[in-house]
Amino acid sequence: MAYEHNIDTDGCKGCGLCVSVCPKNVLEISNQVNVKGYFPAYQARPEDCIFCAICCTMCPDVAITISEIEEEAAAQKQTEDQDE
Amino acid sequence: MGKTFQRPEALADTTTHYCPGCTHGVAHRLVAEVIDELGIRGRTVGIAPVGCAVLMYNYFTFDFQEAAHGRAPAMATGIKRVRPDLVVFTYQGDGDLASIGLSEIVHAANRGEKFTTIFINNAVYGMTGGQMAPTTMPEQRTTTSPFGRKTDYTGMPIKVAELLAALTTPGYITRQTLISPKYINRSKKAIKKAFQYQLENRCFSLVELISTCPTNWGMTPIDALKWAEDKMLPYFKLGDYKLPEEN
Amino acid sequence: MSKVLMKGNEAIAEAAVRAGCLNYFAYPITPQTEVAEYLAKRLPEVGGVFLQGESEVAVSYMIFGASACGERVLTTSSSPGVSLMSEGISYITAAECPAVFVNIMRGGPGLGGILPSQADYFQSTKGGGHGDYRLLCMAPASVQEAVEMVMQAFGLAEKYRNPVMILGDGLIGQMMEPVEFPEKFKAKPSNKDDWATNGMDTRKSNKRNLVKTLYLNPEELNAHNLKLKAKYDRMEREETRFESYNMEGDYTALIVSYGTMSRVCRTAIDILKADGLEVGMLRPQSLFPFPVKAIYEAAAKQSCEVVFSIEMSMGQMMEDVERSVCGLRPVHWYGKCGGEVPTPEEVMDVVRSIVK
Repeated sequence: MAYEHNIDTDGCKGCGLCVSVCPKNVLEISNQVNVKGYFPAYQARPEDCIFCAICCTMCPDVAITISEIEEEAAAQKQTEDQDE
Repeated sequence: MGKTFQRPEALADTTTHYCPGCTHGVAHRLVAEVIDELGIRGRTVGIAPVGCAVLMYNYFTFDFQEAAHGRAPAMATGIKRVRPDLVVFTYQGDGDLASIGLSEIVHAANRGEKFTTIFINNAVYGMTGGQMAPTTMPEQRTTTSPFGRKTDYTGMPIKVAELLAALTTPGYITRQTLISPKYINRSKKAIKKAFQYQLENRCFSLVELISTCPTNWGMTPIDALKWAEDKMLPYFKLGDYKLPEEN
Repeated sequence: MSKVLMKGNEAIAEAAVRAGCLNYFAYPITPQTEVAEYLAKRLPEVGGVFLQGESEVAVSYMIFGASACGERVLTTSSSPGVSLMSEGISYITAAECPAVFVNIMRGGPGLGGILPSQADYFQSTKGGGHGDYRLLCMAPASVQEAVEMVMQAFGLAEKYRNPVMILGDGLIGQMMEPVEFPEKFKAKPSNKDDWATNGMDTRKSNKRNLVKTLYLNPEELNAHNLKLKAKYDRMEREETRFESYNMEGDYTALIVSYGTMSRVCRTAIDILKADGLEVGMLRPQSLFPFPVKAIYEAAAKQSCEVVFSIEMSMGQMMEDVERSVCGLRPVHWYGKCGGEVPTPEEVMDVVRSIVK
């Protein structure tokens, strides 16, 4: 089973709580402002994400979701992330 | 390893007006998750308070009523008595429940009304801009206690869970907190237990949730979690204060 | 149908049950507590809900919650208790929920007295709570009329999605008269799925209902107020009720009086008539809407020289009588506000002192 971690950039209020609770230090606050004027969280080190959903649990805005995806799609996404 | 995480169906797909880092959002989500898991969205009626959560009806996808300040337990009583098959909950803050509405919650609990109350204790009046609440900590500065709350002038913070637990009518009274994922998970269990007691038509249930108010405490969301842990938890001790089995 | 001798408060209680309202929330207060005591025994007999709340404040919100989820409800109180309910009444009206309130008026202001008064006229017709709202307000003058008005109130409340206030007084509440409960006034079933929070499963719908009164957007709030006003305008067109007494021929004076006071005035009119002085009476049965046009026309009769507003208040109704008469005739007030009901002799003395 593979997973995809998604942050709703425009829904995030940049409170930083997810950053403070991530056990793998994956998350950081971006320096790119979103449509509401907040600096949202993003996965700085997505390859370290273990999809524990602790960030989701802490987030007051349900801005972070984790979905199941097929293995190939996960591998594809990993490649894309590394290219960015 | 890993798990999925999605927005519950009972929670509307919209952004909220709450401040960044405000734990109202967490409490809302937990209630929605429990409602989804118990499959009761079609027969739940929520009652919104006056406070920051006055617009909470915009954030849920089931029937809602809006109460006057403090009166939600009376409205819940009205609904539950005439439609006992509906699942009814109130969601109230410090002013709503512990100040103007103290009579209503005490009497509803004492009569053993079979609804559930989620009580958000963040030691301040948020919506109106940060005034002192009955739950404000000693020496805590608020806009109406600018030199810090003086307990020889305004008394000590009210411990709602203990107060309601002192009533002899059976009930489920518990205090939890939202200040970390571990505690959030425990809070969800407590909320689910509360709704389950209601589904059994067993008793009144209240889940007090020690929460943060970064904006009116004048600190960052992360610092607010710390302040709640250091200053509030030693006084507002967590745990089950009453279980219906005890009586 | 045979008549039963009943105390007013108890007849009002039974009237609700016969109308099809089986839910009652209330708080004891003199002089209407018998309603609660009667229903505490009666409602369990019919599978209804009786609950004594902890205060009138709480009761007004129990009424709101129960009404908002689509059930018929009644509460009764007396003047100081109705003051406590005023906030709730404002909310219920704003939320467009049906409910029936009965106020068995007692002396005021403040703790006042426990004897009858008519001093909640302003509170009932001009709004005791905040904001622009009106109650459909009916005033019975006998126990039978109280029964019929209470029975009809449930249908009216649902017709307008507005609270209805039945304004009685301590005398009507306490006295015993023969009554019957006409089947024709039983409230018809009504479907509230459009707006009530009775649970999506109940409505077999995926659309949720919301009962609220907050409109932060000023255009929305204005539109809401215009919508409420349209209802009150319709009430004025369709629910104005009054009774005329001794107005078929000419009369020198016109009395406007309602409720218990009107019965005393009727006796005074009969005695004056025997003495050669013709006095007519227009008795409002609806206080909101007030029979403005009928009073104007009655005052405009050529023979009529003067109008009296006779009430057990310091002139609350007189302002509406003056407004109705529109300067056409002088308007005089007479009343007593300590709890004593004026006697026919006192009314006759007042009329004779003005009409020569």
